[in-house]
Amino acid sequence: MSSYTGLKVGLELHCQLKTAHKLFCQCPAKLSLKDPEKRLLRRLRPTQSELGEVDPAALFEFQRGRLICYEAERESTCLVEADEEPPHALNGEALETALIISLMMEAKPVDEVHVMRKVVIDGSNTTGFQRTAAIALNGKLNIAGKEIPILHVSLEEDAARKTGESGLTVNYRIDRLGIPLVEVATGPVIFSPEEAEKVAYGIGRVLKATGRVQRGLGTLRQDLNVSVKSGALIEIKGVQRLDLISKVVSLEFQRQQALLAIAGELKKRGVKPEELGEPVNVTEVFKDTKCKVIRNALREGGVVLAVKLPGFHGLLGRELIPGVRLGTEMSWRAMFYGGVGGIFHTDELPGYGVSEDETRLLSKVLSLNELDAAVLVADQPLKARDALHAVLERAREALNGVPEETRAAQEDGTTRYMRPRPGSARMYPETDIPPIVIAEEEIQALKAILPEKPEKVTARLMEKYGLNRKLSEQLLDSDYMPLFEEVASKTHVAPSYVATILTETLKALERRGVPVNRLTDEQILEVFQLVDRGVTAKESVEPILEWLATHPTSNPAEAVNSLNLQMVESAELEKQVEQVLRENVNLLKKLGKASTGKLLGLMMRNLRGRVSPQQLLPIIEAKVKDYLKNQE
Amino acid sequence: MKALEGYRGLALKLLQESGAQIGDLIEVTRDGESLRGFLMPRSEYDDENHVVLKLSSGYNVGLRVGGSVAIRVLEKGVKPMFKRPPRPPPKPGLPEAYVISTGGTIASRVDYRTGGVEPALNAEDLYSIYPELSELANIHTTLLYSEFSENLTKEHWAGMARAVAEAVNSGAQGVVICHGTDTMGYTAAALSFILQHPPIPIILVGSQRSSDRPSSDAPSNLIAALKISLSAPFAGVYVAMHESSSDEYIAVHRGVKVRKCHTSARDAFKSINAPLAARYHALTGTIQVLDDHLPLRREMGEVKLEERMDDNVCLVKFYPGMKPKILESILDSGLRGIILEGSGLGHVSKALYEPIRKAVERGVFVGMTSQCLWGRVNLNVYYTGRDLLKIGVVPLEDMLPETALVKLMWVLGRANSFEEVKELMTRNLVGEISETRWFQGCGP
Repeated sequence: MSSYTGLKVGLELHCQLKTAHKLFCQCPAKLSLKDPEKRLLRRLRPTQSELGEVDPAALFEFQRGRLICYEAERESTCLVEADEEPPHALNGEALETALIISLMMEAKPVDEVHVMRKVVIDGSNTTGFQRTAAIALNGKLNIAGKEIPILHVSLEEDAARKTGESGLTVNYRIDRLGIPLVEVATGPVIFSPEEAEKVAYGIGRVLKATGRVQRGLGTLRQDLNVSVKSGALIEIKGVQRLDLISKVVSLEFQRQQALLAIAGELKKRGVKPEELGEPVNVTEVFKDTKCKVIRNALREGGVVLAVKLPGFHGLLGRELIPGVRLGTEMSWRAMFYGGVGGIFHTDELPGYGVSEDETRLLSKVLSLNELDAAVLVADQPLKARDALHAVLERAREALNGVPEETRAAQEDGTTRYMRPRPGSARMYPETDIPPIVIAEEEIQALKAILPEKPEKVTARLMEKYGLNRKLSEQLLDSDYMPLFEEVASKTHVAPSYVATILTETLKALERRGVPVNRLTDEQILEVFQLVDRGVTAKESVEPILEWLATHPTSNPAEAVNSLNLQMVESAELEKQVEQVLRENVNLLKKLGKASTGKLLGLMMRNLRGRVSPQQLLPIIEAKVKDYLKNQE
Repeated sequence: MKALEGYRGLALKLLQESGAQIGDLIEVTRDGESLRGFLMPRSEYDDENHVVLKLSSGYNVGLRVGGSVAIRVLEKGVKPMFKRPPRPPPKPGLPEAYVISTGGTIASRVDYRTGGVEPALNAEDLYSIYPELSELANIHTTLLYSEFSENLTKEHWAGMARAVAEAVNSGAQGVVICHGTDTMGYTAAALSFILQHPPIPIILVGSQRSSDRPSSDAPSNLIAALKISLSAPFAGVYVAMHESSSDEYIAVHRGVKVRKCHTSARDAFKSINAPLAARYHALTGTIQVLDDHLPLRREMGEVKLEERMDDNVCLVKFYPGMKPKILESILDSGLRGIILEGSGLGHVSKALYEPIRKAVERGVFVGMTSQCLWGRVNLNVYYTGRDLLKIGVVPLEDMLPETALVKLMWVLGRANSFEEVKELMTRNLVGEISETRWFQGCGP
């Protein structure tokens, strides 16, 4: 799609900070690989506001009997995360980082920071709220020639991470809870998917330029607010990778356009909301069905309920974005509100074990004409009924176009329904933390030590290390800029080679599933130092890094030994060259001096990583010369 | 809420001059830059140099006033009408329950406009915030006091006892007292002595985690307390609070054997030198009785009061090197009785024998408990104990020091002679002394 008329996107980037401790306690700000030693079973009850209002989605979850199991281990959690102790003072290191980020974006720090409680009741915060504070307002960043307004920079605690769900119980690990996050929010001033990605990368570069943010998958998360003219404002949460943003935005644009088209079609067909009726019991139709799902549900005392959707024929099966049809959207609602496993709809019947006869009979029972469709659910009566009521609600929304929702980003760039959009953010003061005054002197002191802006860093990389622009920018976007400078200053390995390893090579390894985020800066530096000292050749860097990532407790020297990548001694090399010459006499006879290249290639195949071509070539040349001289 | 709650000094002056009030949409301009937001109240503990605004994003920020600051009111705030959601009609035939509030907030609402957390304690509020209650009982509420529990005195205890007696004697089938957790143990002990043979269980309840938060232990504690008070097969005065950090089980503790043992955790309350009286399973609503020796619930019965207490007493915790002069000045101040928290089996240093002996001679009751909390005092085992017995110190078995103090106040309120004081203090009246102790380990 090349035209995105009517599209408006706002970004909220969340970035984990590299601090010694969490935001409100002394636990280390990192995830734990250990097994949980404690499990807490809790219920979160929605609180009533002064207006007597309760968040409807929250109330729904609570009334269903939702239980939350929090998993905790001592390494990364304490009583604060367990909501058994009041928060400790706000982490000064985190506040300083947030201020530095704010100043780099020309946002104005507030005079007094007030920590707020933002109600979040899905379980991801043990208290039922997230502690968050606005640090600075009204900044701006120049990205790709356009001035992007930064609405606010805020400092908040990261949430617990979901580890599973079974029945009414959802499991969360609270090691991530409390890790400091900086949130950078732009206004809705982005008008294309590509621009969204550029802006995200631009903000990401400023964050990384501080050197104070964590690295690795999951440490930078984006929420997007996407609105389409005549469509709706959709909140998309949790885009984990910057390079997925443009795809997410363009697919959402596509999805909304498709839904608008469906609404148009329904209007043309003259469908009215009053025509959407109540669910009907159609169990009789399926009493002998071969469809496994329905048979199992009936065997356990369930029923099959169906609802007629007049005028919807062909529209339920219509694809909005790859893998998502209107029917899929309805099934997500059914699963959320009814707790059922899924729905059937007539656009895909007969199918899934439902026969032609059954489909025909169903049509007759529901009085469907050619333009009508129906949705069925097979489950316990109450669940099936709740599910179909949710489907009806979604059908009503389809008549009007695009419903406002909160959706979750998926790995492939599509999104799925997460929950109804909450009303205005319910925030009230966190009274356990007194307000923090930001003194003018402190701001001036920080201004004097602000890190280099990304553009300056790029220019400097190009000039000082002779890197081309592409490699410089890749380095800037990677998490390894500071490490690059360290390696370049402490070793003689060619900077462009180091940069390539730290960007393309590590990315390639990660794509292959190698856990490169386990590699520490010290380990990587040491590998380059081994090359520098001649212990191994630079071609072995990649295999050594791969080995280390999968043996995280080992060191580079052990890797060299284990992989047999020690440099071959000169004496040994001479012997090997002589051997190879003996084995390839014919080649020598045929090509004479020109055989050097081929011989080099042959030997490097076996000696890769243990010798550098620059070391080997002179030896081969010398031996070939000698040989040829002897032949004369 | 006052029109400019919490503001003082320069900030107050500027706000008054602009005519702004809490809830108004105002604009604050300084050095050419403006910010708009709703004026929020200020805490009286924060400085007088800032004005608090709520921005459209919902965040509060503090703006420094000083230099050339201009404040302008853009729109007057309109206090929205509070529409309490309709109370579900109580089921017919529900038992009568009384909920007496003395402080501590078992239920509250958040005013997102101002950020204030308002207690919501009358029956309508309770049904509205905890709709499950409408299936449990017909609730009558009394807002008796609104005190932090550290400020309570024997007068408050007597007031609570009268309120309980009134409720029970007018047919209440359940009585729950909402109380701050800090001194809930003391109150529970006091009521155990003041209320004579209550026919039903009187349950004290509080919350460790504030009730404005979704994770609060308040709702499950309150619902458990009501259920237990209405249907448990035992009678007496008890405390009901979380048994662990999970919301699964609520522990029921005898009022004379319970103590707050953690500053903030849900499971702060522990039974000491006694098994739990009962356990309530929050997910199924069932009550499991764990102590076979609890008084039984009775269908009818009036509860009588013995509310007179004498608070000319002191609780003193012994420590090595305690100066005799200090103990002497305490004992000289006109006290009628003192409870000592001795070390180990009930010991104090030799240096303190003289002040104690002199006090006993004057007729002051000196009772001995242990700062170990767990275990029984025994003054027969070591010479120190025997010396103290000779001096006239009275060992108080395995009573909690706090319970012993409260009991002493109550005993002094009715005993006519030193012998009578001693006899009442050493006799087990309502389970404050256990005759046998089984393994419990020690520590929460």
